[in-house]
Amino acid sequence: MRIAEYEEIFFKVLMWLAFLLMAGTLLFIIGTIALKGIPAMNWDMVTKSAKGGFYLGKEGGVLHAIAGSFCIAGGAGIISIFISVPLVIFLNVYLNKKSVFSSVTRFFMEILTGVPSIVIGTICFTFMMYIGMRASLLGGIIAITILITPVMCRSLDEIASQVPEELMTATFALGSTKYEAGFIVFFRQIVPGIVSSFLLAFGRGIGDAAAVLFTAGFTDNMPSSLFEPVASLSLAIFFQLEMPIEAVRQRAYASALILTFIILIISILSRMIAARYRKFKV
Amino acid sequence: MIDNGHITIKNLNVYYGKEHALKDVSIAIPDKKITAIIGPSGCGKSTLLKSMNRLVDCMDNVRYTGKIFVDGEDMLDPEVEVIHLRKKMGLLLQKPYPLPMSIFDNIAYGPRIHGIKKKKELTEIVEHYLKEVALWDEVKNRLNSPASMLSIGQQQRLCLARGLAVKPEVILCDEPTSSLDPISSQHIERKFIELKNDYTIILVTHVLRQAKKLADYVIFMYLGELIEHGPAEQLFNDPQHELTKGYIKGVFT
Amino acid sequence: MFKIRKIKDKLSLKIILIIAISFNLLLIVNFILLSVKSEKIFESNSLFSLLLGGNWQPLGGEFGLKYFIAGTLFVTFLSIMLAAPLGILCSIFLAEYAPKKISVLSKSIIDIFAGIPSVVYGIWGVICIVPAVAGVAHKLFGLNITGYSLLSASVVLSIMIFPIITNIVIELIEFVPQELREVSYSLGATRWQTVKHVVIRKIYPGIIAAIILGLSRAFGETMAVMMVAGNVAAMPRNVFDPVYTLSALIANNYGEMMSIPLYDSAVMFVSLVLLVTVVLFNSIARIIIHRIMKNGIK
Repeated sequence: MRIAEYEEIFFKVLMWLAFLLMAGTLLFIIGTIALKGIPAMNWDMVTKSAKGGFYLGKEGGVLHAIAGSFCIAGGAGIISIFISVPLVIFLNVYLNKKSVFSSVTRFFMEILTGVPSIVIGTICFTFMMYIGMRASLLGGIIAITILITPVMCRSLDEIASQVPEELMTATFALGSTKYEAGFIVFFRQIVPGIVSSFLLAFGRGIGDAAAVLFTAGFTDNMPSSLFEPVASLSLAIFFQLEMPIEAVRQRAYASALILTFIILIISILSRMIAARYRKFKV
Repeated sequence: MIDNGHITIKNLNVYYGKEHALKDVSIAIPDKKITAIIGPSGCGKSTLLKSMNRLVDCMDNVRYTGKIFVDGEDMLDPEVEVIHLRKKMGLLLQKPYPLPMSIFDNIAYGPRIHGIKKKKELTEIVEHYLKEVALWDEVKNRLNSPASMLSIGQQQRLCLARGLAVKPEVILCDEPTSSLDPISSQHIERKFIELKNDYTIILVTHVLRQAKKLADYVIFMYLGELIEHGPAEQLFNDPQHELTKGYIKGVFT
Repeated sequence: MFKIRKIKDKLSLKIILIIAISFNLLLIVNFILLSVKSEKIFESNSLFSLLLGGNWQPLGGEFGLKYFIAGTLFVTFLSIMLAAPLGILCSIFLAEYAPKKISVLSKSIIDIFAGIPSVVYGIWGVICIVPAVAGVAHKLFGLNITGYSLLSASVVLSIMIFPIITNIVIELIEFVPQELREVSYSLGATRWQTVKHVVIRKIYPGIIAAIILGLSRAFGETMAVMMVAGNVAAMPRNVFDPVYTLSALIANNYGEMMSIPLYDSAVMFVSLVLLVTVVLFNSIARIIIHRIMKNGIK
């Protein structure tokens, strides 16, 4: 008996330590980014594009990169909506729960979510070479779309699976076609889910660097055309940090702060929408 | 007879958050008898049962006041050693929940955590209790296969044997036959009648027929309150309270 | 009226089918594309020399990946060694022991962990972990190193895969029916005994699956690792030596290789290796998890 008690206490302490270590590390990471980023931060960072030659200039800001990131992730996010919403409606309304096609598709979704972004980057780049396209906003959007669509599909599918089955049965009983049941009734049920999974996917897309490394390129200018290279915040951080010049490294810290801030806001927003949705669900 | 019970509950109140699940329940459970707790669903039968071995502790947001004496020790005293008290209370649930291990290990689990390590001793225990529930002949050749391979009825008997193997004094049963087929139910019911010579059995049930067949003493609960209790014959034939009368006649279930 | 509705219904089904089928083909197309592209490398190199050769000189036609594979394996393995015990302990704590408020809050914290971009982890590694590792190496072992090392990469990576493992294990633990715990308690088991003998035993394959998913994430992670690993293609003698991973190899070489077809093909082959490994790991893990979830309902 006594050994069991000591074992209990031992593991309890161990678990508390693991938990505190985890919570502490997150605080440590956020704290470090804030402590290093805030002194390096100034108004120019978010209101001006880079100045002073090539993209490592000491003056100006990273507005071009922020705008670029939003364009890439936003574009990719919107395309993903048009892929994931029909797909999820198909899986949940058109198909039988036990159909082979739906389990295969769900399986692929899970596997695709795990494909490393660098691999997606190389594949897209190869494809772009093949059709004679160079690094551009469009390339970045394609790469990020492939990266985040599975994420959005999975998140949306999970929310969609909570729509009560009776609702769909009742809809069909009223004589609806599958199209009406899916794109009118079911769609209305999952609208908040679409918003929150869009945000989740958007957050994933805005933070990614490896997939846009070759596909979107880098520039000092604001995004202007689908076929021009575009800057991104994550790559700006990466390149700035590689520089031996202290002033440029400082800008990396500030950029990291901006990126972390954006990610946190998106994550909180998506959580709030999901929570509200859960509260009002039938 | 009522006063010498070795489980005595005094002024027990249980709250789930704001919900007052048990309202001032006081009762003494008679020794070596089958006591049935009856009442419509949601009346606090299971809560009462789970208070008796402090399993209510495992739920969220639970508060309780009052006392439950087992052998003179207050079970609800925060200082008391729960592990040792729980060992005295066997538990049989609605559905059989075999532990995720072999048939042998299911029975040996309890004795093992209480310090019996010798293989020979454990083998004897397993054999003894499997025979006790008449399962030995059916499983003696596959003691090492997973318990989930057994049929539901066999699993429930295994669970009973598993509970008995830690030598409890009381067996708490929460609708133990509700997921079984009629024949398996009969097995279990017959077993209870044998067991009451050695154990105090407390049986939550919503099947009146079962309560009539098995119980020596009956407790009727309604919306968290103890309405009436007494020897089975008296309660079934001559209920005092209007609610009890209604329930027994089947006016509401 | 009815006709229009029917046409709409049929049309929508066709469009969706196209989307769904192309979605499912995506992985296969990727695989074929990479295979075709990396075919060229096999004209002059055997699989054996590619995987086990120690010489990486693209301009000289040498494409030995030994050190990169070793680097990836070391980083992956060490980060799992750090993240798995922590993640499992943490998930048991949150699912079994912690007060409800802490556990709800912590789940959001873990999700935030999962959402932090890899470059942010990288920059944190450069600011905090790299100097700390250099300091430890100097104080304890008297080594003079930069800190860009196997250990730094593993620490940063372990924090990145921690949420993956923890999330899955928590989900699995919560999937174990409460009654099983009640049974164990009623037999007089302590909480830890119940966790050890019943809960963990029930989800044991799932924990392995969670670790495999963590492994596959670590395997393909690029930016953060590249920023702190030091990127030197050599066999590390200890944890303070720099390493070069496969993913970093792709990222660092991609721009240059376009002019030389063989070089291009070699990088594609590396990408293919990553894809195949990760897909394989993921498939195994997902199948295990699905099996548990399906059987567990009984």
